[in-house]
Amino acid sequence: MSLIATLSRLEAVTTGRAQRLATVRHRRLSERPLVFVPLTTAGEAGAPLGALVGTDRDAPRLLVVPQPRDRDLRFAFLAELADVVLPYVDSYADVVEAAERTETDPETGKRVKVEVELCADAPQLVVPSRAGVEFVRLLGRSMRFRRTAEQDPEAPHPAPPRVPLLGRWLTHYGERARVPGSSLLLALTEVLGRHWATGQSTLEDQHLGALLAWIDPPEGESGAEAALRAELARDEQGQLLCPPAGPATDPAFDNKLLAPAIERYDRARTAFAAAEDGLEADTRLGILTAAEREVRELVLSRTRPTWDAVWRGLDLLRELPEGAHVEERWTRDRWSFTGHRDRVLAGEPPQPRRDDAVTAANKLATREREQARLDAQEALDDPLVMAGRRLAGEAFAGEVTEVVMAYSEGKRPSPRPLVTVRTDDRPHLGERAKVYRSLGGKPQSAECVGVDADGLVVLRVLDKMGRGKEPEPGSVPEKGDLVCFTLFEHEQRGGAKLPDPEQTPWTHGGPPGEPALEAADPVTQEDVL
Amino acid sequence: MSTEADVDPGTAAARATAAILHDTLHGDARGVVVDSPPGAGKSTLVVRTALELAGAGRPLMVVAQTNAQVDDLVLRLAEKDPELPVGRLHSSDADAYDKALDDLPNVRKSAKAGDLAGLPVVISTAAKWAHVKVDEPWRHAIVDEAYQMRSDGLLAVAGLFERALFVGDPGQLDPFAIVGSEQWAGLSYDPSASAVTTLLAHNPDLPQHRLPVSWRLPASAARLVSDAFYPYTRFRSGTGPGDRRLSFAVPSDGSGPDRVIDEAAASGWGLLELPARHTPRTDPEAVRAVAAVVRRLLDRGGAATSERSPEPTPLTADRVAVGTAHRDQAAAVRAALAELGVRDVTVDTANRLQGMEFDVTVVLHPLSGRPDATAFHLETGRLCVLASRHRHACIVVCRAGVGDLLDDYPSTEPVQLGTVVKFPDGWEANHAVLAHLAEHRVAWRP
Repeated sequence: MSLIATLSRLEAVTTGRAQRLATVRHRRLSERPLVFVPLTTAGEAGAPLGALVGTDRDAPRLLVVPQPRDRDLRFAFLAELADVVLPYVDSYADVVEAAERTETDPETGKRVKVEVELCADAPQLVVPSRAGVEFVRLLGRSMRFRRTAEQDPEAPHPAPPRVPLLGRWLTHYGERARVPGSSLLLALTEVLGRHWATGQSTLEDQHLGALLAWIDPPEGESGAEAALRAELARDEQGQLLCPPAGPATDPAFDNKLLAPAIERYDRARTAFAAAEDGLEADTRLGILTAAEREVRELVLSRTRPTWDAVWRGLDLLRELPEGAHVEERWTRDRWSFTGHRDRVLAGEPPQPRRDDAVTAANKLATREREQARLDAQEALDDPLVMAGRRLAGEAFAGEVTEVVMAYSEGKRPSPRPLVTVRTDDRPHLGERAKVYRSLGGKPQSAECVGVDADGLVVLRVLDKMGRGKEPEPGSVPEKGDLVCFTLFEHEQRGGAKLPDPEQTPWTHGGPPGEPALEAADPVTQEDVL
Repeated sequence: MSTEADVDPGTAAARATAAILHDTLHGDARGVVVDSPPGAGKSTLVVRTALELAGAGRPLMVVAQTNAQVDDLVLRLAEKDPELPVGRLHSSDADAYDKALDDLPNVRKSAKAGDLAGLPVVISTAAKWAHVKVDEPWRHAIVDEAYQMRSDGLLAVAGLFERALFVGDPGQLDPFAIVGSEQWAGLSYDPSASAVTTLLAHNPDLPQHRLPVSWRLPASAARLVSDAFYPYTRFRSGTGPGDRRLSFAVPSDGSGPDRVIDEAAASGWGLLELPARHTPRTDPEAVRAVAAVVRRLLDRGGAATSERSPEPTPLTADRVAVGTAHRDQAAAVRAALAELGVRDVTVDTANRLQGMEFDVTVVLHPLSGRPDATAFHLETGRLCVLASRHRHACIVVCRAGVGDLLDDYPSTEPVQLGTVVKFPDGWEANHAVLAHLAEHRVAWRP
């Protein structure tokens, strides 16, 4: 944890309220996000219990699996989920703008510009917490290799038509969420935690109710009290007043309310199946419907508070203006979305279970580059984030006290003015260390000539001064200017191109071979009730 | 047949080198892996192999990890064979290479690989090699510091050569990624793993060698470092107990720093223990204590006697280094040293001290004053680097209570299926070092 984050947390403890870590919003919030509040069944990995999902805060769609271990009911749930998610995704897939992309021409091997489509906006999925992102990944993994009856008439338990497609989209979103700074799939606790520091640990911050209590406590109550209440307070039946944001549920709920309700449902179903005549069937169907409604009510009672909390969190985030570089990062999210849309349209197979060596290395390189880019952009967009970097000795701000014109040696001397900056910061500057400042959105670099004990830093400006002998107006700081230089670079260089997967070298096991269509997981005894 | 322990260190090392050279020049395996403990002559081996390959008319490329390592190798090659044409491939940045290379007539420098084509030896960093494209791969390569190279770094350059010698120190810091890479944990080609891990996972039959003698570490340190960090691949020091001596002209003034200096001069190790306390990372008292020890080391007219020369050499600032875990700690120590008027003492983090050598090192213990023991601070390689940079003595400055801290926080990292568990773990290595340091403890309240 950075020093400024530690200090903010201490201040939050003293004041009883969360403290701002940012003055602008560093993530994109869609106009119309799809909020997804899933619940899972205790002890059954990948067995959803239910969910609230939708784009309208007042009209969420409730999906419930009254017997989570029943494969058919689970498929029905997933099919319903696909009916909500896929139309939402599709509504963004058709609105496109023209864009250019550099591609390698297969015939000449040259880099050429090609006209392509770029989706004008992208669908955004919001889940309550990091565990929710994991659950999205798990759902994606469990669905994308399934075969529908149309794809494979021999499949023993064919999946409903659009379920494998939903699996591919959820997989894509889960994977994109691993890219630093991306906003396609947001975990609300993570985004809130980026913008506010609470007086509790980061582990406790994963409880959405407690986190919101710190950020926006009720009138007359401190954040600490409200958070404690959110975590622990129970009603007279021993149920949490603020249910956990899921997907895991509270054991007291599982044992006292959910398990008996599911058992009643099971009994009603067995009885209905055993009905011997129409009249008996009618009566028993009524009991079955009532039992199912009971489970639905229970799931709703545990998801609705979280659903409302998510929207409240989004409201809080919307109060912050968007950071300047967010748009640029969102454009890369749109490229990511468009790319996957194209892969689906082209009939490509689902994402493989494991990345090959080259894909894994490429992903890691991209994410490291995005992390460095995000760190730089957040600091440039937000003086409070920059303050943290200054406190860490990675940047410094101050007033220009002197500018002395100087020139480079060589045939064509170029301007290399010496700029003296007085700063109270303590940057970790070595001699000839490179520093950067933002000049009209572009980084201008300078090198450190010397630092004296009184906080005077002498810099030699190196570029962005035009081609002439005299620097262009405005390109060199003047005496009295307030400037801020960073020790980190503002832009990231592209990495080296890795070999194509079919060129994987012997050190990494050689080429992976032809991609085989991966089979769905075999059905085991436990899959079938 | 005589075992390693029976023969003198020089012979044991020569045998190992001969076997490595034989496998590299005459073997038919695509790769040869050499594990080298600290100061075992890794660079010497790289230079020698390069010269032998070049001498046999087999051009080769050399991959190192940092520009400083590349420049160092070029200088060593030129020192051994000034006539040999060497290519230094560098980046297009300003100051891309050490200006000392400009004085070497047979070293050609260029930012373009094409300009260096046909030279017997071409050297560059892994990052620069990754941008190079060749029609015809090199027949030979040497990959230096291969344990500090990431698997994805090797993936980017492995197409450039047919076969390679991989040299490195498995006990030093593992490479790291600045983003999470759990999703690939357990895969043989996990891009965040070390290059050697991936190489051996796919080619388990490659010949593996080990350099058995540390020429840097004194007898007092080789035993501890070997026991704590290389328990299954032991090594020994090239010098005996009496071969290295450190003495001071100015007698001790009885203060903590002076007493710990005398302890370290006599035994090779010293622990300056401050009272237990939870502190911020840049613990002002500990930082001042480190600075005070360095100041006294230089003020007391130290002289080091070693096998290198019969006459004692003065202990000057360039022969002393301070090691820390974090960069802000290094910055704080630098500031404290500047206040005491000390210049030219190297102060850096374990990452940046890798591969360097000094007479005396002063180490701020990674766990000193911490309330918790994270994986970063427990990493075996970090402590190993800090405890193995010295030729004569190592002085550790630490808050009391680290032993309890270790016991209170057993390592809790999730176990990943398919990953090779590294032994010894940081917990055990830390305890081994602490137990040894406790015998050389000087308690001091600053």
